[in-house]
Amino acid sequence: MNSIHDLGGMQGFGPIAPEDDELTFHLSWEGRVLGLQRSILFLGLWNIDVFRHAQEKIQAIDYLSWSYYERWVHTLTATALERGLFDQDELRVGKSLSGESPIATKKLTMKSINKAYVRGNFERIGDSQPEFSVGDMVVTKQTHTSLHTRLPRYARDKLGTVIAIRGRHVFPDSVVAHGSEDSQWLYTVEFEGCELWGDAVDPTISNLIDAFEPYLSRV
Amino acid sequence: MSDSHHHDHAHSDVSTLTDIQKRVKALESILVDKGLVERDVIDQIIEHFENKVGPHVGARIVARAWVSPEFKKSLLADATNAINGELDFAEVGQHLIAVENSDELHNVVVCTLCSCYPWDVLGLPPVWYKSAPYRSRVVSEPRSVLEEFGLDLPQDTKIRIWDSTAETRYLVIPQRPKNTELMSEAELADLVTRDSMIGTSDVLTTADQVNT
Repeated sequence: MNSIHDLGGMQGFGPIAPEDDELTFHLSWEGRVLGLQRSILFLGLWNIDVFRHAQEKIQAIDYLSWSYYERWVHTLTATALERGLFDQDELRVGKSLSGESPIATKKLTMKSINKAYVRGNFERIGDSQPEFSVGDMVVTKQTHTSLHTRLPRYARDKLGTVIAIRGRHVFPDSVVAHGSEDSQWLYTVEFEGCELWGDAVDPTISNLIDAFEPYLSRV
Repeated sequence: MSDSHHHDHAHSDVSTLTDIQKRVKALESILVDKGLVERDVIDQIIEHFENKVGPHVGARIVARAWVSPEFKKSLLADATNAINGELDFAEVGQHLIAVENSDELHNVVVCTLCSCYPWDVLGLPPVWYKSAPYRSRVVSEPRSVLEEFGLDLPQDTKIRIWDSTAETRYLVIPQRPKNTELMSEAELADLVTRDSMIGTSDVLTTADQVNT
């Protein structure tokens, strides 16, 4: 969707402000939120794509004014409510009003905690061969979908070159639209800077995205 | 809290707890009550990200790539498998991709759509990496962004900007500084900064180290 999360190429956000000796967590509750997020994803009720899409649905003014972990708190709460993990009454009183959950067997424990540290593998085995080869010229899809997509606006309807095939991966658009992994070939596509930003751009730059096969067509 | 003895204490509790802290406490309590999360596990996850994983992990990988051409070759071919094939590195997940800087080419990494970052090798991302100014600007005006970080590249150096739009993660292998032939792998790792592995700065030189 074309919401504020899709920031690439926008102007007007001012200078970057790196901090010296930045803390991992600026406030103690931020670490609790990270731990909750890792634990909840482990339950397998929804994946990272669903979590990302829930963030994309945050209104622009809130997205820009909330901190990163404030957005996480909002997203965790909204998704858990939507999926019936708990309800508004429980949120109000801050405790479970219905005892243990029947899905508690899948939880992250001290025994399985290493799985919260190492990234999951989103590659899937499938029968189809990749449509494109390294060196192929491709054009990216034009879309203004209101659903989830990982094709950023700045790289839509643009001419690029496939520089790598990354395997067949879970397709985020399908995960969010209908809950299926629908794995697709994933490519790294390189665009000349002038194709994306016009002739006035620095001629030495090129941009690369990882693009799923449905985003691409042959030139 | 009807007891007046407790009133002041309860009142000060309320006044110091922000809404967001209260919300996080409520979320955690509900999920613990339901048997879906464990407080020990959350404590341990915090400990892991505060103390175990961080840029020092990536720095050791870069230093090894500098000293071992064989390791660098396999790292550039398949970073996850190359790292997991080394007995003294902690396991990293799929699909980590290493991209190498040279005199002709500089690489810089961003996630314009959210904040994808190679946690396994760099730890959690700094606030600036997740912020709107960086995510919006680095794709179209990388040189001015890099200048803000103090990195002034030659005008003819090509810049590739990698946007992490899928479940791949990118690690920049910065150039080994000159006059470091006599340094050990561990000493070299100390020169590798977090930002040099994102692509927004150079590694330290031995002169920088003396000055700090």
